[in-house]
Order: sequence, then structure tokens, then C-alpha cells
Amino acid sequence: MSTSSPNSRGLTLSLAAVCLLGGGVALALLWAPEDLDQGISQRIFYIHVPIALTAYACFGWGAWKALRLLWTRQERYDLESYTAVHQGTIFGLLTLVTGSIWARASWGVWWSWGERQLVLFLILFLFYSAYFMLRFSVDEGPARANLSAVYALFGVVLIPVSFLAIRLAENFIHPVVFTRDGPQMSGEMFAAFLVCLAGTLALAAALYTNELTGKRLDGRLRELRELLQ
Amino acid sequence: MTRYLADTAALARKDLLLELRGRETLPAMVLFVVSMLVAFRFALTDDGSDAARGLLWVAIVFTALLGLGRAFVAEREQGLLDGLVLAPCDRSAIWLAKLLATLAFLVLVELIALPAFALFFSGGVDVGTVLAVGLADVGICAVGTLLAAMAVAGRARELLLPLLFLPLALPIVVGGVGATVAEDAGRYLGFLGLYDLIFAILAWATFEYVVTE
Repeated sequence: MSTSSPNSRGLTLSLAAVCLLGGGVALALLWAPEDLDQGISQRIFYIHVPIALTAYACFGWGAWKALRLLWTRQERYDLESYTAVHQGTIFGLLTLVTGSIWARASWGVWWSWGERQLVLFLILFLFYSAYFMLRFSVDEGPARANLSAVYALFGVVLIPVSFLAIRLAENFIHPVVFTRDGPQMSGEMFAAFLVCLAGTLALAAALYTNELTGKRLDGRLRELRELLQ
Repeated sequence: MTRYLADTAALARKDLLLELRGRETLPAMVLFVVSMLVAFRFALTDDGSDAARGLLWVAIVFTALLGLGRAFVAEREQGLLDGLVLAPCDRSAIWLAKLLATLAFLVLVELIALPAFALFFSGGVDVGTVLAVGLADVGICAVGTLLAAMAVAGRARELLLPLLFLPLALPIVVGGVGATVAEDAGRYLGFLGLYDLIFAILAWATFEYVVTE
């Protein structure tokens, strides 16, 4: 594998992310019709929901790499799984922030336990923060790779189980006051949404590729240094 | 199959014997849960049964954490885990045996904790709660045993286990509290059963990777 190929891939993905995100935001702000009910504040939807979906994609990708690691015992999957989970956690945090801003704009509160997606992301954020604690508390090596992979697999299983739990909890925590399935999305809205989704996915892929390249370089540099000593 | 069960039984018996002779974990868990229930009684301004029944679940999860934190200490301190991994038995039998031993401790503790709860708080304990506690115990021990094995591999083991465990235990708390406070406990019990099934299979399948390199 030549070193130039991941670099150029990272560059291509970064450019794609910039174009798609720029275009998507422009479409969302200028072209998509304004939501009759929520007005301008609804437009954060075009960023918030794609970011959330991207976070899921990252967690799923990390778990897939974790499964590959346990299956094939190839060391490189450890770093790939870790990088994907790292990106997923960043996008998950962004989901919490944008969701909180949206809740403030729509309902006047920064946090609402009635918003399933936000509660789920809070649980996932806690879970994946513990993933990093686990990783940093174990010495580098195959044991750490295995532990991280197993925990990452638990993460993707926890997502649907937690979602179910949050739906069940609504029955006794407090009734759902806010529902978001009022007006259906129009064609233009959906198109702008799709462009934004492609943009955030490209951004995640670009960040993933670049981080991975950097981490691999780092690892090789360390090996070289050890050889020199 | 009989071989697998015999291995599991032998390993579980070892843990129970160790506890019977040393009496380290079980008395600590009992004291802890009763102290916690007393603290909760003073934390609640009234005898509000819904809030109290919610706190019962906090007490159960924390008490389980106390037991799980001790689960692999003997193995780690005496280098026993390497021997167990080298032994000619299926690695998941180690997990199953430890699950059974921790489950036995937890159930014994609850045999004291639930009557104490009924005594301290006016709400009492109904059949739904008892069933939910039983189902939750299986899930707590299935997930917790695997995570405890993970945590002892790290440097900050006592610190790590609660962090790893609590996000995964949240669905158990939801199911348990639901079964305790709701009119119709059936769906929550079903959810707890589903949780047990999913995570037991996952833990059973992945335990080998936690203890091997």
C-alpha cells in the first residue's frame, strides 16, 4: 500500500465534504421552504439529523471493524475501529449540542427528556466515553484490541435496546408533550436534507481517513525511533 | 455438553466455596444495601412510594456493582485467570460459572434487601417487582461478569467497572422501575427478558476474547 493513496483519498473526501456541506447548507437556508409551524428554527434540522445519522454510521462502522478484528485477528482493524468510534463520539456530541439548541429554540428549554433521540445520544455518549476510559487504562497490545472490540460490539447492540428502553420509559417518566411528526417533509426539504446527509457522511469519512493516516504515520514513526535507539 | 456443564459446575462451586470459607463479599453486600435503603429513607422527604420504588433499583444496581467489583479479584491477585484460560475447558464456561456465582450472591442479598425494603417503605413489594428483580439479576450478572473481567485487565479497575457498567445497565433500570411502578408489568418483564437474552448471548460469545490475547 503506497502512502500517497490514503492521503489523496483524504483530500478528495475533504473536498467532497466541503462542496456537499456548503451546497447543502445553501439549499437548506435559501431553497427549502420554511416550516410553517416552527419557522426559521426548523432549519437546524438539516444539520442536526444528518449529524445524528452520521454518528450512528460511525458507531456501526466501528463495530464492523471490531467484528473483523475478532474474526480475522488482523491488527490494523483495531486502529480502524477506534478511529471510527472516535469520530462517532465527536458526531454524537455535536448531535447533543445541536439538539439542545433546537430544543431551546422550539420549546424554550435546553434539555427535554421527551426527546427520544437526544436521550439516546446521552446514553451513547456516556457509553462511548467509557470506551475511551477502558482503552486508556489498558496497555497497548492484543489484549487492549480485544477488549475495545468487544466493548464496541456491545455498543451497537445497546443502541436498539436503549431506544426500546427510552420508549418504554416515556410511559412513566413523563408523557410526550412534543411530537415532531406533524407536517410531512416536502420534496425540496427532503432533497436539501439528502445533500446535507451526504455532506456530513463525507465529512466523517474525510476525518476518519485523515485521522487514520495520521495515527498510522505516528505508529510507524514510533517503530522507526525504537529501531534507531 | 455434559462436559461443559461439569466444568461450569466445578468452577461455580469453587467460587461459592471460596466465599463460604472467606466470607468477604456477601456480608459487605448485605450491609451496603441495608445502609443504602436507610439513607434513601432519609433522602426522601415523604414516604412517596413511587420514588422509593425507583430508588430500590438504584440500590440493586449499586449493590450488584459492589459484588461484581470483587468477582475477578481473586483470579487476578493470584494469577489464576491465566491458569483457567490454559485449562482444557471452553472459556465461556468461566463466564457462565462466574455468572452463576455472582447471581447466587445477588439473590441471597436480595432475600434480605426486599423484605427490608418492604419494612422501611410503605409501598411494599408485589409479585411484579419480585419477578422483575429476578429477571434483572440475570441481565446484571451476564453483562457485569464480562465487564468485570474487562475491568481487571485495566490499571484503574475499581474505577473502570462502574463507568463501563452503568450505561449498559440503564435499560435494566428502565425495565425494572417500569415493572415496579406501572399497572401492567407484563411488557416491562418482557423487555427485561429480551435484554437478558440478547446480552447473555453476546457476552457468552465474546467472553473468550476478553480473557485471551
